[in-house]
Amino acid sequence: MEALERYRPIVDDFEAFRAACERPLPRVVRVNTVKTTVDRALEALEAEGYAPEPVDWNRTLLGLDADDPGANWPYVHGWLYGQEEVSALPAVVLDPDPGERVFDACAAPGSKTTQLAALMADRGTLVANDSSLGRLTALRSNAERCGVTNLVVTNSDARNYPLGPLGGEPFDRALVDAPCSCEGTVRKNPDALAEWSRERVDSLAGLQKGILRRAVQATRAGGTVVYSTCTFAPEENEAVLDHVLAREDCRLAAFDAPLPAEPGVTEWEGETFDPTVARARRVYPHLSDTGGFFCAKLEVGG
Amino acid sequence: MNDGQRFDRLPATAADRTDEGRPTREAVLGFWAERFGVPPATFDGHSFWEKGSGKVWAFAGEAPDPATVEALGMVFLRARQEHPKPTTEAAQRFGREATRNVVELDREAAARFLAGEDQELAWDGDWGYLIVAHELAGGVEPIGVGLYLHGELRSQIPKGRRRQL
Repeated sequence: MEALERYRPIVDDFEAFRAACERPLPRVVRVNTVKTTVDRALEALEAEGYAPEPVDWNRTLLGLDADDPGANWPYVHGWLYGQEEVSALPAVVLDPDPGERVFDACAAPGSKTTQLAALMADRGTLVANDSSLGRLTALRSNAERCGVTNLVVTNSDARNYPLGPLGGEPFDRALVDAPCSCEGTVRKNPDALAEWSRERVDSLAGLQKGILRRAVQATRAGGTVVYSTCTFAPEENEAVLDHVLAREDCRLAAFDAPLPAEPGVTEWEGETFDPTVARARRVYPHLSDTGGFFCAKLEVGG
Repeated sequence: MNDGQRFDRLPATAADRTDEGRPTREAVLGFWAERFGVPPATFDGHSFWEKGSGKVWAFAGEAPDPATVEALGMVFLRARQEHPKPTTEAAQRFGREATRNVVELDREAAARFLAGEDQELAWDGDWGYLIVAHELAGGVEPIGVGLYLHGELRSQIPKGRRRQL
């Protein structure tokens, strides 16, 4: 928890924030609409004696008080995906349509990928990339359980993403759910901060800048890129946006976060960022009763 | 030539084949129609690809450059064998359309099937691969594929998907 102390200057009601980070996270599943409807999933869960509680901001999310949310028939049928509530945010903000070309730059193990496929009604082309072949095995297994068929899986370093499987055709939308220091997952994984170091944050920030720049380049003018992390560190969030805004043809778009969220910070440890980074959204555990999260929406071109 | 490391799109018919053994789109759809009564139009939005000997993948997107790709849609069918075998995932996703060679199990038998157990079954239909289903939330939902032989239903649920409920 020591690592979080540095955020005292930017987090309102810091003591409540610290306390919330020590509470376990409510369990949530997402209904996979490639295979079923929310109503049928609710009916099946209730028939098995569960008491699913719809999450107010998204109808596919259900609170599920169960030790093993995978030990039931609806899960076996690929109707459910165990996914932290706040991690459903970036796909909702990206909002892909059926038939589009969509890029998921850091896709494994696939919770957001399968959510994107469901939002696309399993139509169009969803390119899911990850640099780790091992993690792609988990992604493929999860996607197949969810019945997804519009997925192209690639194994590249997203910073140097080549022309890609679509022969250089640009994407309509891209999601960069970047590898990060994961501070915001501390409620799920109390060891999340054990590995924390400033060097690691800086090294991740370099990676994040490279991946986001490449994703902007790979997206058509008028297209949308969503950048998200599960960390509070401005080095990995607003500073990454600031870097990319100065170098690529894109701008930050304002969006309505469907759950309580704070604006991006424009100053951090003596550095000042592009003022539009305030359009990004920071999600804090004590305000939304979720994990911590960061999400920004970029419009590409002109 | 079939290269097991590369995705090759299935030719439409046998006349379009350059590799003798390559399954065709016509044969794949014909199998689902004949064996399970699933209308070929169900797959109008899908292309079919082979990677690995006889491993057929179903893909709904635009055709990519196969050289750059690790996976394409879902593994759909095992071909290049006397009796083609649908995957668990294909049975779950497309098996709802099936009108024959579907066996519906009661709650207890369905749980045993999911756990990977073989079980005796009174079935007077065809032998071979069946779609195994059960009632869930007001509909008949396919769980996977079973092999029916000599009065016994052998669960084909892959080890990684088996569960004790």
